[in-house]
Amino acid sequence: MRKIYSDRNKLVYLDHAATTPVSAEVLKAMSPYFGKYFGNPSEPHQWGQQAKTAIEQAREKVAHFLGAKTSEILFTSGATEAINLAHKGLIENQKLPHIITSSIEHKAVLETCKHLEKLGWAKVNYLPVDKDGLVKIDDLEKTIRPETILVSIMYVNNEMGAIQPIVQIGQLLKKINAKRKQKIYFHTDATQAIQYLDCRVTELGVDLLSLSGHKFYAPKGVGVLYFKKGTPLVRQQDGGEQESRLRAGTENVPYIVGLGKAIELVQKNKVSSAKYVEKLRDKLMAGVLQIPGVKLVGDFKKNAPHIATFLVKGAEGEAMMLLLSDKGVAASSGSACTSGLLEPSHVLLAMGYQPEEAHGSLRFSLGKDNTEEEIDEVIKVLPTIVQKLRRMAPKL
Amino acid sequence: MKISQFYSKKVLQHFYHPKNVGEIKNPDGVATVGNPVCGDVLQLFIKIGKKGNKEFIKEAKFLTLGCAAALATSSMITTMVKGKPLSEAEKITNQAIAEALGGLPKNKLHCSVLAAEALEKAIANYRQKTKK
Repeated sequence: MRKIYSDRNKLVYLDHAATTPVSAEVLKAMSPYFGKYFGNPSEPHQWGQQAKTAIEQAREKVAHFLGAKTSEILFTSGATEAINLAHKGLIENQKLPHIITSSIEHKAVLETCKHLEKLGWAKVNYLPVDKDGLVKIDDLEKTIRPETILVSIMYVNNEMGAIQPIVQIGQLLKKINAKRKQKIYFHTDATQAIQYLDCRVTELGVDLLSLSGHKFYAPKGVGVLYFKKGTPLVRQQDGGEQESRLRAGTENVPYIVGLGKAIELVQKNKVSSAKYVEKLRDKLMAGVLQIPGVKLVGDFKKNAPHIATFLVKGAEGEAMMLLLSDKGVAASSGSACTSGLLEPSHVLLAMGYQPEEAHGSLRFSLGKDNTEEEIDEVIKVLPTIVQKLRRMAPKL
Repeated sequence: MKISQFYSKKVLQHFYHPKNVGEIKNPDGVATVGNPVCGDVLQLFIKIGKKGNKEFIKEAKFLTLGCAAALATSSMITTMVKGKPLSEAEKITNQAIAEALGGLPKNKLHCSVLAAEALEKAIANYRQKTKK
């Protein structure tokens, strides 16, 4: 397959919202736990205890990062599992519970909610968003019912970067909860927010928070669910006693160690990396918006610094993505999870864009290793690609 | 039919280096299928020649807005019909187009349907014109 791609000297990876590479420091921290310290953490012998200690150290790092207690941190196989556990685990003991979420959530939330609706185990409302892709507090407040048990709103949207008003929602729910019998629990999927935004759970006012390691230079296949003490979770994966009896199965020790290391590095560099990535994003935006018939999705002032999504008139997203790939640039069109289907992005449609506009979406997502020169390269190749596709399009 | 998970080498070849892109001025047959709401619009132009009594497709060109599969199927159909007697060209099915491309991912099979439909309609457009 490689042969048919044009020659290229340099690859520019701008798809960090999809996944990031495992950083050298993370890999180094992980490597002893494949061979040297391979013990089963459930075993009391020294082999087991070495592994157990490593997990608990990683748990402390995550707890510290989130401003939580170690007993409130569960390791999972990723954000998807954490979300499934948060939703299904919370509603299991409730009679006809009501869930409020947004129409722009990741599939991990939307499909979990749809499944619960289909089984008749929950009623769900999907909140609309405004033109910038933000949930409105008023809409949320109006949707709350006596039987509402869960509000699940993502922190940063993965397709276009809009930062949802998590702190305000947390404050609203705190106020409402003080006056009612059935507590409304608040879950946020913080997968895209970990690297650049404040994720301390008390500041956010959340009871449940999910995250995924591979978005911040830890490996794929490991994630976290934070659950505030007292949140009535029922485990969804039955078996052994691991993870406070909330997630059975022998722990993925090296990956958990990797996630711990990666989150420590995020904490150390958060402010500077947010500023750095924002500067690159602004440069990219200025350059790409020079192309006629291109607009940015949402309002960049309300977006996370690492994502910029554009709508290109008269060019289709996947075609742009593949031509960019041929030039050695990795980008994405809509959400990678959405692209298997024929419908344009549910996020863009929820924001009020027309399907014909949404088909021309192109997402760039930046990471710590990107450089100004790389952005220059993208700004150089993209206009030619857009022009090529527009020239092939019918003049209607 | 072969259904691939990703694009075949042939699809990528036609996508990166499409054949017969453009418009034919005063075409003998033209058809526009699909619509921007669905994400794919394909416009096919044909020019008909005659060898003795037999009509054949002398030239075929396309303009397409769409994904890699839409562009590749457009390019493929023009190469398949060029120089073919009309009676043979109209027998080309969407399966034949997909097969010529070494298969298409399942969710992209509709692109080959679109290309076959464009051909059928362009030929019908020509027939209608010559009837008068």
